[in-house]
Amino acid sequence: MKKLVILGAGTAGTMMVNKMNAVLNRDEWQITIVDQDPTHYYQPGFLFIPFGIYNRNDVLKPKKDFLPANVETVFSKIEMIEPDNNRVHIEGKRILDYDFLIIATGTRIHPEETEGLVGDEWHQSIFDFYTVEGAYNLSRKLKNWEGGRMVLNIAEMPIKCPVAPLEFVFLADWWFTEQGIRDKVEIEYVTPLPGAFTKPRASRLLGDFLTKKNIKLIPEFDIGNVDSEKKIISDYEGREIDYDLLVTIPTNMGDEIIGKSGMGNEFNYVPTDPQTLRSKDFENIFVLGDATDLPSSKAGSVAHFQSDILFENLLDAIDEQPLRAKFDGHANCYIESGFGKGILIDFNYDTEPLPGKFPLPGVGPFSLLEETKMNHYGKMMFRWMYWNLLLRGAELPIGSEMLMAGKRM
Amino acid sequence: MSEKQFAGVNVTVDDEGFMIDYTQWNEDIARGLAKEIGIEELNDKHFMVLNFMRKEFKEKGTGPSLRKLKNESGVNTKELYGLFPKGPAKKAALIAGITKPVGCI
Ligand SMILES: Cc1cc2nc3c(=O)[nH]c(=O)nc-3n(C[C@H](O)[C@H](O)[C@H](O)COP(=O)(O)OP(=O)(O)OC[C@H]3O[C@@H](n4cnc5c(N)ncnc54)[C@H](O)[C@@H]3O)c2cc1C
Repeated sequence: MKKLVILGAGTAGTMMVNKMNAVLNRDEWQITIVDQDPTHYYQPGFLFIPFGIYNRNDVLKPKKDFLPANVETVFSKIEMIEPDNNRVHIEGKRILDYDFLIIATGTRIHPEETEGLVGDEWHQSIFDFYTVEGAYNLSRKLKNWEGGRMVLNIAEMPIKCPVAPLEFVFLADWWFTEQGIRDKVEIEYVTPLPGAFTKPRASRLLGDFLTKKNIKLIPEFDIGNVDSEKKIISDYEGREIDYDLLVTIPTNMGDEIIGKSGMGNEFNYVPTDPQTLRSKDFENIFVLGDATDLPSSKAGSVAHFQSDILFENLLDAIDEQPLRAKFDGHANCYIESGFGKGILIDFNYDTEPLPGKFPLPGVGPFSLLEETKMNHYGKMMFRWMYWNLLLRGAELPIGSEMLMAGKRM
Repeated sequence: MSEKQFAGVNVTVDDEGFMIDYTQWNEDIARGLAKEIGIEELNDKHFMVLNFMRKEFKEKGTGPSLRKLKNESGVNTKELYGLFPKGPAKKAALIAGITKPVGCI
């Protein structure tokens, strides 16, 4: 029997196991998927929890509901990969051998990387919303908050879903307006980037939205330290910003087993070929989703586009053929902008977000780089698509390759 | 894109002042590039970082992140900011004659 092992049953691993299980011959192949957590989190939903739009139950489902019954599923912690010996150590002294390995262990927040961030004030006056607990605790805080200065800070790039912090402040502007306390709240957006976003055109547009919504942008701020008693964040050049409520996007890093196995860069991301998605160092290892070191966005939509490419290339590799499919860095993000509206951006490695209609050129129904109600429905519909189509490896109405048709230069 | 002259050598730089061809670089050009962005003098520590940047670029095709600089250049983050104020990863890349680091998003 040949063995395919998949590490991580999050968005990427789950899609991939369903795709491979549908085509690999069961008499020849044994497929195993490993994850430490039996619960699947719909992470895009975390954004809505602080504002009471979703609750915890809206974003959780058992992983086994999405994993094929004839695949071996192991709910244990992965401890180490030995890429030179084609094996993986998992908790309880178990060893899994493989012919091919897919790494899909994602990325998560590391607040301890910033001096002073974690302490007595963690989840009291300092919150994250990149975990379900953080988002939930923040919802409880916001319920009774009477106003003051709310600072959103991104500690360090890259982060997963780089538009989520913008969406958070847009929604906060809307929510405080609904609560009738917007005039008592100052919102500041403090980022290490030179503007609201990285890609110039989108950065300008999103920067204008910040201004329109009376959210102050403070760019090029690399946080060095938090004084949680005095409620001040400062950067490495001594600039200080005080807050009453700090919402942080802490440093994001890949899983520590990647580093421990000697396979990671400085963020524990796996060096990956940007086009074939094969590990740069090991022929029989592929990497998918947030675990890669690619300069594409770390997003579920990206993992989905990658999964189509990886599927083709893994089959080529199994047949000992050159890898033919090429990932172009395609990302497609709905940006919730508050008051029941949204903005949509579509881009890849080489082309920055452009205006136009999507997915049908000239028709839509979604509008690129524009704020519309329809884009908001797209965002809300995504949860249904995620649970029912995306995770099951089904075809979505959006191709993996970015299209120029329907876009205006 | 435009032409600039440093230490008697013509170098081509992009709209943001990053050199197009890193093989043209030498220490005198580095001093010229540094002056352009308000760093009047380069000391040994500066060059330690610049050489690390260039080595990384040669190997990886892109300049290192701030985290990598902090971990591996032998200079800590506070010092890096002292040497290259307002964004060491970007400023040091410019003076090291390599292209702008890919902004990961
Ligand atoms: C607040 C927020 C909003 C977002 N909004 C959007 C959005 O609007 N649109 C969008 O497309 N994307 C969005 N994303 C991003 C999206 O959720 C991720 O990009 C996507 O889930 C990545 O999938 P993945 O499989 O690579 O990682 P994950 O889904 O995180 O899965 C990784 C899995 O690996 C497991 N694992 C890791 N290490 C180990 C170990 N040592 N042992 C065992 N198991 C391990 C974990 O338990 C986890 O199940 C958002 C994310 C957040 C946090």
